[in-house]
Amino acid sequence: MAVSSPEGQGQFPLPKILTYPSSTPPTLITQGAEGRVYKTTHLDPSRPCILKYRPPKPYRHAILDARLTKERITAEAHVLARCAREGVPVPAVYATDPRAGWMMIEYIDGVPVRQAINEFLGKRPETDQEKVAAEETDNVPLIELLRRIGATVGGLHGTGNVHGDLTTSNMMLRPFSTTIAAEGSKARMVEGDVVLIDFGLATQSSSEEDRAVDLYVLERAFASTHPRAEKLFQHVLDAYEKSFKKAGAALAKLEDVRRRGRKKSMLG
Amino acid sequence: MALEKIQLDLVAPGQEILVAFFRDVSASASELLQKQLFARNPAFEYAFIDATSIISRAHLLSAVFNAVNAAATDSLRTPNVHSEIVISLGPNNNISDAYRRWGIQAGKTSNLIVVKVLPTTSSESDPSSPIPSSPEQVWAHLKEHLQGATATPLTDDELSKTTDWAAKIRKYYKLNGVPALDAIKDEVAKRKEMERMVIMAMALREL
Ligand SMILES: Nc1ncnc2c1ncn2[C@@H]1O[C@H](COP(=O)(O)OP(=O)(O)O)[C@@H](O)[C@H]1O
Ligand SMILES: [Mg+2]
Repeated sequence: MAVSSPEGQGQFPLPKILTYPSSTPPTLITQGAEGRVYKTTHLDPSRPCILKYRPPKPYRHAILDARLTKERITAEAHVLARCAREGVPVPAVYATDPRAGWMMIEYIDGVPVRQAINEFLGKRPETDQEKVAAEETDNVPLIELLRRIGATVGGLHGTGNVHGDLTTSNMMLRPFSTTIAAEGSKARMVEGDVVLIDFGLATQSSSEEDRAVDLYVLERAFASTHPRAEKLFQHVLDAYEKSFKKAGAALAKLEDVRRRGRKKSMLG
Repeated sequence: MALEKIQLDLVAPGQEILVAFFRDVSASASELLQKQLFARNPAFEYAFIDATSIISRAHLLSAVFNAVNAAATDSLRTPNVHSEIVISLGPNNNISDAYRRWGIQAGKTSNLIVVKVLPTTSSESDPSSPIPSSPEQVWAHLKEHLQGATATPLTDDELSKTTDWAAKIRKYYKLNGVPALDAIKDEVAKRKEMERMVIMAMALREL
């Protein structure tokens, strides 16, 4: 299979809509298995947006392919709309064209939570004074972020939706409208509201099992993406527990899911 | 000329989007325009929109964008791009509802938005044709039929003066009892969030 080169943008034909005149040229952000993600604008430059495009798959029967594409875009847009109405922080949907294989969603001006956490962890205390302070208080801003993650995931689950692919890459950190931490400080790196993205695998569900699987996926992804902060993951779960009525039941189920996960990995 | 040419991102070339906004439209003018529209008189092929059902430029232009995209991809649900703009303002595919809620109302609409999508590739405009085919002709045509109305710049500020939130926006887009809105106390922030919900409802119209 062809692998994209860093300057691989020219390798893919743009979706037709992105070939039309625009005040800002589209840029390719990611190229995943399911599709491509571009940054572009909706209406005018004041409305930056993400265009998620699922190109036709030549190896799939054309009619079936068109139907699957349409169903997936429809499903993702519906979950986003449901979440938005319920007040779960997600990008707004600006426009959809399921026949052409794309949807435009609000651009979240921030960095993926993965990046924010890694930058935070990567920055070591420099002076002795900082080192002393670090032992005690260093992780406080990170812990606060983890608690916001737990609360946001709980908010999602509380509205009867599960995400299906919870990772710190599928969350954006949108800077608070009024910043709290000092400019350039470590705390500033992890400050902001957690906005959930990438609802391609999301479904409507209020089952404890589905919620627990969501948490388990996040827990495993977190451990492998942020091994240095693995022991802090409990803060996500603590905040989750307080975020909606049935959270306790989902956490109890998480124990089962973990046990099954361990068994499975032992059997290899 | 108070006709504004709108440059929208990601719209197929070969057409221009013209808009105008009139206040103090007389009852007889709105009656005439609606009559011509219903008679499908090609000279009156415009999107005539009642401005009290519109929140902002982004709200209006989202519908224009969706309609123009439908035309470019051969997926119009209605006879032409102008009727498609009206239906694109709604959250579903009910054409008569859309006309009643967003379209011009004979004798009632006094704040009127007009949108015209004009092909730029059309052959030389024929001055004797009754169908306006250049921005100048469109403007002259509108002025002729909207005598006494006040041409107004189509700005968010102007639009917000006549938006009917309670009886129209909240009702048409089912925004009452929406948790995301009820959680916001600040009125300005609440309206911004309503605009977001409205654009989203329009984006999901066909899904
Ligand atoms: N709404 C958005 N705002 C800002 N960046 C986004 C948005 N949606 C996606 N991205 C960026 O694009 C990346 C891939 O998007 P995602 O929806 O996760 O698609 P994929 O299925 O390819 O993982 C994200 O990790 C993020 O960096
Ligand atoms: Mg992703």
